[in-house]
Amino acid sequence: MSTPQNNMSLSGEAPAKLSTTQKVATGLGWTGLFILFLALFNLELPSAFLWSALALISVGVIIFANDLYMGKSAGVKNDGIWFRSMTARGILAWGTGIVLTMFYIVLYWFPQYLGHNPEGSNTGLIALFDPLSRFISGHAASQWFVYGTLYTLAILAFGYKFLLKYRHNKYEVLRTYSVMFFQLGFAFLIPEILMRLNQPYFNPVNIWPLNYDLFAGYKLSEFFSAGNIGLLMLFFGIASIFVITPILTYFYGKRWYCSWVCGCGGLAETAGDPYRHLSDKSRASWKFERYIIHTVLVLVVIMTIAVVYSFLNENPEQFWLDKNVFLLGSAAFLVLLFGLIWIFKRHRLARDAKKGAIISLSIVLAIIAAFYFSGMTYGYLLRQWYGFLIGAAFSGVIGVGFYPIFGNRVWCRFGCPMAAVLGMQQRLFSKFRITTNGGQCISCGNCSTYCEMGIDVRAYAQKGENIVRSSCVGCGICSAVCPRGVLKLENGPLDGRINGDAVLLGNDVDLLDLIQQQKKVTRDPKSSHFNS
Amino acid sequence: MSSTEHVVIIGNGVAGITAARHIRRISNKKITVISAESDYFFSRTALMYVYMGHMKWEHLKPYEDWFWEENRIELKKAYVEKIEPASKMLFLKGEEKMSYDKLILATGSVPRFLGWDGQELKGVQGLVSKQDLELLEDNTRNCKSAVIVGGGLIGVELAEMLHTRNIPVTMLIREKASWQNVLPLQDAEFISRHIQSQGIVLKHETELKKINGTNGRVSSVNTSSGEEINCNLLGVSVGVKPNITFLKGTEIETDMGILVNPHLQTNIPDVYAIGDCAQHREPQNGRKDIEAVWYTARMMGETVAQTICGQTFKYKPGHWFNSAKFFNIEFQTYGLVNAEPGEDEKHFHWENKEGEKAITIAFDPATSKFLGINTFGIRMRHEVFDRWLTQQRDLEFILRNFREANFDPEFYDRHEKEIFSSFKDQLANSQT
Repeated sequence: MSTPQNNMSLSGEAPAKLSTTQKVATGLGWTGLFILFLALFNLELPSAFLWSALALISVGVIIFANDLYMGKSAGVKNDGIWFRSMTARGILAWGTGIVLTMFYIVLYWFPQYLGHNPEGSNTGLIALFDPLSRFISGHAASQWFVYGTLYTLAILAFGYKFLLKYRHNKYEVLRTYSVMFFQLGFAFLIPEILMRLNQPYFNPVNIWPLNYDLFAGYKLSEFFSAGNIGLLMLFFGIASIFVITPILTYFYGKRWYCSWVCGCGGLAETAGDPYRHLSDKSRASWKFERYIIHTVLVLVVIMTIAVVYSFLNENPEQFWLDKNVFLLGSAAFLVLLFGLIWIFKRHRLARDAKKGAIISLSIVLAIIAAFYFSGMTYGYLLRQWYGFLIGAAFSGVIGVGFYPIFGNRVWCRFGCPMAAVLGMQQRLFSKFRITTNGGQCISCGNCSTYCEMGIDVRAYAQKGENIVRSSCVGCGICSAVCPRGVLKLENGPLDGRINGDAVLLGNDVDLLDLIQQQKKVTRDPKSSHFNS
Repeated sequence: MSSTEHVVIIGNGVAGITAARHIRRISNKKITVISAESDYFFSRTALMYVYMGHMKWEHLKPYEDWFWEENRIELKKAYVEKIEPASKMLFLKGEEKMSYDKLILATGSVPRFLGWDGQELKGVQGLVSKQDLELLEDNTRNCKSAVIVGGGLIGVELAEMLHTRNIPVTMLIREKASWQNVLPLQDAEFISRHIQSQGIVLKHETELKKINGTNGRVSSVNTSSGEEINCNLLGVSVGVKPNITFLKGTEIETDMGILVNPHLQTNIPDVYAIGDCAQHREPQNGRKDIEAVWYTARMMGETVAQTICGQTFKYKPGHWFNSAKFFNIEFQTYGLVNAEPGEDEKHFHWENKEGEKAITIAFDPATSKFLGINTFGIRMRHEVFDRWLTQQRDLEFILRNFREANFDPEFYDRHEKEIFSSFKDQLANSQT
């Protein structure tokens, strides 16, 4: 009689439990966080505590990841995701969500509780970070330096975990190295070093309109007073959104930014990866998404026009541009953009998209007209409100604080105006698509479940259609988790990129031709009520 | 609205639902789908992912719940006990009746049991239905070890599922290697090696003899090699058979499955059968009479929808294709690669050094015509191979243009050159 020897005491239980090593690693990480928490009580901890806190957090994540993934052969690692409290909206997830949310509230609105003191020397947690900040930028730390350090640490440590988890997938590996590099180099170090050199704080890859402050009055003053370097920064900022972004998005889709470069995307893809399956896939949420993200885009456009107008109004000598010329130029640009899309891509827009575009344009033009005739003076107030509602409450508190409940891309999906701009380009002017492989889909649903943007990928794949959606950030996970090799992210010819009349390969070709004809007819909403 | 024809479909799997969707697209017929298994259509192939915690049950539904009402496809949870073709009447469990004008039988499969001693014991089960999944959850509570009989797709899935719960698994495989009744030996051995590397114990060329139990529950099995293996669960995956027991005593003609002509019609007018439960009286060249595969079920659904709506089509599927996943290794096949090739079929096989990727190409040695390909760990474009099969390309062409067919994610290692030179070597060796 033989019995397999590798019997384990846990047999038969769902894979929801942590191993001893994972528990110890979690303990290390929490100890690191606890040291940071202790600092709040103004204990004047020596800087060794800062290093040990950061080290404990990193080491904890690394040991945890090694234990979780190293011993297993390379491949999809989603066992037990829906059984664990932390990743299936259990008590741990709610707890983490609440703690994160409170941290953001304090960070944005009550930084004094963290020890921030712009008048004198910092205390508490922020004082703990002073040595590191002095070392990099030569200045004392601010709450933003503390946040930036922890943010970068999260992307690096959880990036390591992600690298192990997806080590069989080169696309994922390269993409993760990229977000780690851009966070550490561009988002964290370059701006701090620029400060050390007495230059304006500037992160070249934080592009307007995600970076809604690029054209804020104080920022423009900074640029103008920094001479050529400042002008170069301003010029690069403008070129980024109007020239560089459209070109890269045309060739590669919005993924070049959202899942290779962007810091928000970087955090979502690394620390947020365990929560990607929590995004809502329903048709209702897709509808909500389209309304709200484009509303934010309209708001940021209006706000930016208002602050630039206010700046030109108050500093007519600083810049050659006249405030009214600026207003008229902005209006003309928007009308031209709208006109070009309307002329060339009207047939690609759904009815509600057309309606939304017309309404949005009308609102923006009406407000520009109101500015023009009233000589508006409250641009900075608008910026303050935008910063409060969108910049802090939406992107920070809701966007990251709610990771464990609504998934890791809430901000990117519902709020980010940059994602809205890139999404429009991706849908209308890009070579990027996710190709569906003939008739190989088995409707299993892994792709939809693990889409962090809440795209019902399967809805397309099971019809044989390519996936060309504005919101797709090109993370590549749908393709990675597909068990049958159905999905491939690729850049290719524009012809046949969007193929809403595709049929599933495999059947009698004459029958498939007929089905394709039938599908074309029923896709016209006027002639049919069929809804698939 | 007496003129509206009532199409009733028994079974809400991919065959029945595909038929319903296509009928709705081109007609205004009243459509009712009856199922005793689940309220809504779900992806049967994804049952394993619920057990492994990758997905929840709701994720298995390919359409949101509003879909059925918006498209006027009525879903009815009921069990059909009897069909009376003469009066076109269905008798449902619980005294209910339903009349139909056209009837589509899409009742799928049930696991095959080979009449072993003790197969009725608790803890002996297959994995096909939602109920099987719930039973497995129940049966693996406090399960110390499991045996799986059969090395086919469901058997390997079961092994992977149990593995995630730390249940040691022994598989009894009748053939020399996994799924060798479908795969050529070197492919089957490649898969067996991968499964073993995951910690699964494989007993090749071993059959199940007897199932032993204590207190009504399986406790061990005896194998053909005289061994007794302890287990609290016996997973049965020696194939599936059409789910047709409810048709006993009707005039609908059956053999292994429900017999259908090329139009998917049974011997009774206005009664059709599609998917796993159908058995083709005249299968096409090189195809089996019963094809229990997701893709063929779907294609039969597409075909019968046209016939029901007045445009009669024969079931004439295109080039064969299929796919599966064995633990971490994805498998795709296009065209025909026979497990036991005859005189007119030769195989070229390549594996990478790490043993994670492999391909086998079948060709005709006389004309060097390309016949089919199995790929493991390398994704291929369905559209390209379908085209090459239609164009009857030769082996040289396939190998020279192999890159065009690759469907791996961007930045993956490419092997075309290695495969090409490996083929040239094998060719040279076989000629000397």
